Amino acid sequence: MKNLSLGDLIRRPESGAFLGLAFVLIFFVVFGSVEFLKPAGAASWLNVAANLGIIAFPVGLLMISGELDISIGAMIPAGALTVAIITGTYDMPIWVGILGALSLGLVVGLINGFLVIRTAVPSLIVTLGTLFAVQGLILGFSVLWTGTTSVALSPAESGVIAKSIFGSFVGGSFQVTIFWWIALTALYIFYVHFSPFGNWIFAMGGDRVSARNAGIPTDKLTVTLFVLSSVSAAFVGMCQAILFNVAQVSAGMTFIFNSIIAVVVGGVLLTGGFGSIVGIFLGTITFAIVNQGIYFTTFDRNWSSLIIGVMLLLAVLMNNTFRIMALTYSPKKK
Amino acid sequence: MSTPILELRNVNKSFGPIDVLNDISLKVDAGEVLCLLGDNGAGKSTLIKTLAGVYKPTTGEVLMDGKPVDFHGPRDAQQMGISTVHQFGGTFPLMSIGRSFFIGAEPTKGFWPFKIYDRRKANEIAVKAVQEFGITRIDDGDRLIGGLSGGERQSLAIARAVHFGARVLILDEPTAALGVKQASHVLRIVLEAKKRGIAVIFITHQVTHAMAVGDHFAVLIRGAVAANFRKGEKTREEITDLMAGGEALANLGAEVESYMAAHEGHPPPVTPN
Ligand SMILES: Nc1ncnc2c1ncn2[C@@H]1O[C@H](COP(=O)(O)OP(=O)(O)OP(=O)(O)O)[C@@H](O)[C@H]1O
Ligand SMILES: [Mg+2]
Repeated sequence: MKNLSLGDLIRRPESGAFLGLAFVLIFFVVFGSVEFLKPAGAASWLNVAANLGIIAFPVGLLMISGELDISIGAMIPAGALTVAIITGTYDMPIWVGILGALSLGLVVGLINGFLVIRTAVPSLIVTLGTLFAVQGLILGFSVLWTGTTSVALSPAESGVIAKSIFGSFVGGSFQVTIFWWIALTALYIFYVHFSPFGNWIFAMGGDRVSARNAGIPTDKLTVTLFVLSSVSAAFVGMCQAILFNVAQVSAGMTFIFNSIIAVVVGGVLLTGGFGSIVGIFLGTITFAIVNQGIYFTTFDRNWSSLIIGVMLLLAVLMNNTFRIMALTYSPKKK
Repeated sequence: MSTPILELRNVNKSFGPIDVLNDISLKVDAGEVLCLLGDNGAGKSTLIKTLAGVYKPTTGEVLMDGKPVDFHGPRDAQQMGISTVHQFGGTFPLMSIGRSFFIGAEPTKGFWPFKIYDRRKANEIAVKAVQEFGITRIDDGDRLIGGLSGGERQSLAIARAVHFGARVLILDEPTAALGVKQASHVLRIVLEAKKRGIAVIFITHQVTHAMAVGDHFAVLIRGAVAANFRKGEKTREEITDLMAGGEALANLGAEVESYMAAHEGHPPPVTPN
């Protein structure tokens, strides 16, 4: 194994994210209190980070590959409503509801993916279309079938097993999704950075034509990534419905911007081809700390948007600098 | 006579209403260098892309070892031992040398589903392959491609193709960005590949390079094979004229030289007319 020097570290995609995290930690310890690092406080931002993080990984991979997916904003409530309608309203077993929610994610992901590879329409526009289409669909059907836009799913209907796996609090205030998020982080790190699969995503984002010419199944890979992000969003929605015993049509739009912010703060290049899972992980935590840390200070909550905005701009500038440093790197030895 | 490794039979290719290739029939044997010549836009790159599995012929067929093949993508062609360096791209600016070299064919260790990309092995092979090109400045496979010069990138792409080119090596203007030393190394590589029984398809605009390695020449003019001849059947001047699309340019160099000799080394004035 090669020794890692400081110079090597600073050229990694996640170095900016690391600095960002250190900055907000210091900021909130100085202006707030260390309370938010203690278990009770940590739960507040870890819960936010976990739900966001599960979606931020595939969104980040899509960005690395040169695509965007904003339809996740509708897929979160869609996943929640599907499980709530199937199991809560129609009393089918919870596993059918879960399968239904994830299948809907699969279908929407396939639609996004195929539209992107078959047409020359940018994925921002394609997923903007499916964002509204899916939102209309779930709004229409939930009113049609349940007469309301807020569908209940009682703990009894979820059952003890599904409830504890997908929608419960561990140790009082930690959502069980935190463990899903950490497990997924390990899985993503392995597949993106240690297996050939990850290489292909970076190559595709770097130069799609050359990647295809090199024999990489770029179309299949693109569809896979869109499916991954839709299914992840449906999964998060489903978990939230099971946790809070209710699914709402409106929940989810904030995830669009938040996931993009987490990914960019995490060091992923908006133009694709560069980024890392550890970076996205750190970016997500950074975002969650700013989002929740404000409650531990005497500042008004509204200031957190300012911090996030400034942080995002700094991150973009920093990412650019780090990328240039990475490019001009050459070994010191002669 | 043995069956050619690769053969095109009456291949046409059009993009919508634009006809780019027009009834092309060509063969290349094992251990033979086919030089594909022609003016800009003649259809050379399009022709080799149909051989590399990037495009499918609109009509006509591609045969490998005498049997018709139907490539569904570049991967199919690669798996049959056809390795191509395309005219543009081929490397990924923000990826490391090692990763870029092995893209799509990553060496792994471990077992499924936990196959790990073998970074050390990839870097070692990639660096060794580029250094053989005389680019000794590159000694760290973790460097990013974006920090290399154009010629270094080109050498890397060629080294990659040579590494994976089991039966057919296709080079689309490989010497365009290269220095004298690297260009002559490419020519040497071509001759070496030929000696190993690999069929080489070589596209170039430089007559010297074509003459140095070619066994067999095909000239494309506006998407059709205008001439197809073997080494020694045509003079350098005739080839130059054909490459320029049939215009008499061969004597241009000689004219300029004689002018310069007669005018103390000054080139002829450019007279607009
Ligand atoms: N995808 C495409 N769609 C439409 N027309 C194309 C396409 N690819 C190539 N062409 C056209 O086909 C013709 C031949 O192009 P090609 O790239 O094969 O030329 P070439 O012989 O390689 O030229 P050069 O020497 O400049 O590389 C050009 O007129 C080009 O405009
Ligand atoms: Mg060309």
